[in-house]
Amino acid sequence: MASGEPQTLVTGNRLIDGAVIYFTGDSGWARDISEAKLVDAEAGAALLAEAQAGKPPLPAIGAELIEAIRDGGRVVPVSLRERIRAFGPTVAHS
Amino acid sequence: MYRYDEFDRRFLEQRVAQYRGQVARRLAGQLSEDEFRPLRLMNGLYLQLHAYMFRISIPYGTLSSDQLRGLAHIARAYDKGYGHFTTRQNIQFNWIKLEQTPDILAHLATVEMHGIQTSGNSFRNITTDPFAGVAGDEIADPRIYCEIIRQWAALHPEFSFLPRKFKIAVAATEHDRAAVKVHDLGLHLRRDKAGTIGFEVMVGGGLGRTPLLAQSLRDFVPEVELLAYLESVLRVYNEFGRRDNMYKARIKILVQSLGIAKMRQAVEADFAATDKRDLLLAPETVAAMARQFASPPYEDAAGDAEILKRDIAADPAFARWVKYNIHPHKQPGHAIVTISLKPVGRPPGDCSAAQMELIAKLADELSFGEIRVTHTQNLVLPHLRQKDLRRLWRQLDAAGLASANIGLASDIIACPGLDYCGLATARSIPVAQRLATHLAGREEAIGSLSIKISGCINACGHHHVGNIGLLGVEKNGEEVYQITLGGNDDEHASIGAIIGPAVPVAEVEQAVDMLIATYLGLKQGDERFPETFRRVGMSPFKEALYAPR
Repeated sequence: MASGEPQTLVTGNRLIDGAVIYFTGDSGWARDISEAKLVDAEAGAALLAEAQAGKPPLPAIGAELIEAIRDGGRVVPVSLRERIRAFGPTVAHS
Repeated sequence: MYRYDEFDRRFLEQRVAQYRGQVARRLAGQLSEDEFRPLRLMNGLYLQLHAYMFRISIPYGTLSSDQLRGLAHIARAYDKGYGHFTTRQNIQFNWIKLEQTPDILAHLATVEMHGIQTSGNSFRNITTDPFAGVAGDEIADPRIYCEIIRQWAALHPEFSFLPRKFKIAVAATEHDRAAVKVHDLGLHLRRDKAGTIGFEVMVGGGLGRTPLLAQSLRDFVPEVELLAYLESVLRVYNEFGRRDNMYKARIKILVQSLGIAKMRQAVEADFAATDKRDLLLAPETVAAMARQFASPPYEDAAGDAEILKRDIAADPAFARWVKYNIHPHKQPGHAIVTISLKPVGRPPGDCSAAQMELIAKLADELSFGEIRVTHTQNLVLPHLRQKDLRRLWRQLDAAGLASANIGLASDIIACPGLDYCGLATARSIPVAQRLATHLAGREEAIGSLSIKISGCINACGHHHVGNIGLLGVEKNGEEVYQITLGGNDDEHASIGAIIGPAVPVAEVEQAVDMLIATYLGLKQGDERFPETFRRVGMSPFKEALYAPR
């Protein structure tokens, strides 16, 4: 897959603290989007099912598929909303 | 202010214990998210983009200094050192961890606070005039009735599962600082010809995807029948409000579909048929509640006006702050202070833990320990002596809390937007920051102007009732902003009109400049923006904004 073409990954929020997490495969989840497992769109449903398998309590709430682009070592979501989820709010606070 | 009794305290303790058990079961996997979600929402805990968000109830926007210190503790110990005051006089914390929420609620309970009535399809915070109890022209302190209604509404067995959320606001002065006409139910304190206190009851207002102004259900409901009448309104809504479509479930949709005449007919029929004995508000009940909101022991401040006059003459920066941030007080020699949480370039409505602690200390020293939250996302110290204003201002200034901009262009309302909110379609905070910075230095020449920004159609930033409203939407992956003009949320309430196609985010400042320039070029005398807009209409603004360049 050429760099720059959208692929699919699974994201959710961590149960204990609501932090944004990404499915890395093999029942694993990471805070860093660059560790997410990316698949072609056709394989998305299977990836999501894998991410949602397991005994409760599942580590992630609201797991869903999103599109992202691998660009060298970085993984960048396609949508602004998911970029904000991945890299944080665009505003500084007190 | 209202002080908890033993029943209240015990209730909160039990509520915290109940919630602690619910969280434990959730974390152990014994409750699914679908099962747990309504339980956490009933305690004010949402899940947003980055973390859980806790919305804490500040009933009718009144806080004690101890409560503000309690909130500062939450900000420091459990969040990132700040909180965000909302357009419903509540506070939100954006970076909360589920596993810590039982401890947070336990700490809040020690200062008589909680997250109940901040979510769910039931009553939300009952809001009112932030100058309640100290405005010279009020008929009575509206907080007396806010607290009576709050106690009637809280955990009401018949109304805990309404078709949708239900927001009540109460005003007590002719100039409406509570935005009653854009609430599900608006109450405006009145006196009849005999001098009896009662309420005009308005119903069916609201913002969001179907903005509507409330309509008068009854011109005058005497105080004694207030709760009985509210029960009838809620019973009609509960029975006939839609439950098949959450976007059509607010009472405003019911009023719109029935028409106000049929709505009134239904309410009056229910009211006539109701046995009201248990609901009548006895004068002694109202009097007992009024004692909870009695004025503090003001000192004789007869000489303060002269001191203030000298301080104003001596310090132009202080004078400017007095001009915009001070409101006349019912007690001679005193003043109502609005503390701006809108420093230019900072997120509107944010307050750091250190700032909260400072404000609490100043409230103790100078304002009988009381603070108010406004629905415009600022704070109020309601009981200042005029001689203490300059001393207060210096301390606020040192903490970045002395922006002299209340009611001016940088006093922007903005929701958290796409930087935080799971419902948002565009960002609002950066737009507010850039606009405020862009307009700084010209605000006084522009004069009174309300700019309100929402990051989605749910309109938590109240854009529909901004003189200039901005609604952020997403178009082809880009943020664009739909502009509305002529909105207003006081006694001359109006819903803003859409001017035309949305503008890209990079053009927002230029667009607002053109609209302001058009207004300044057309205003007559002291006309404020809504008056000029009502007089000249949309055309000149539309021509200015979309003229070929």
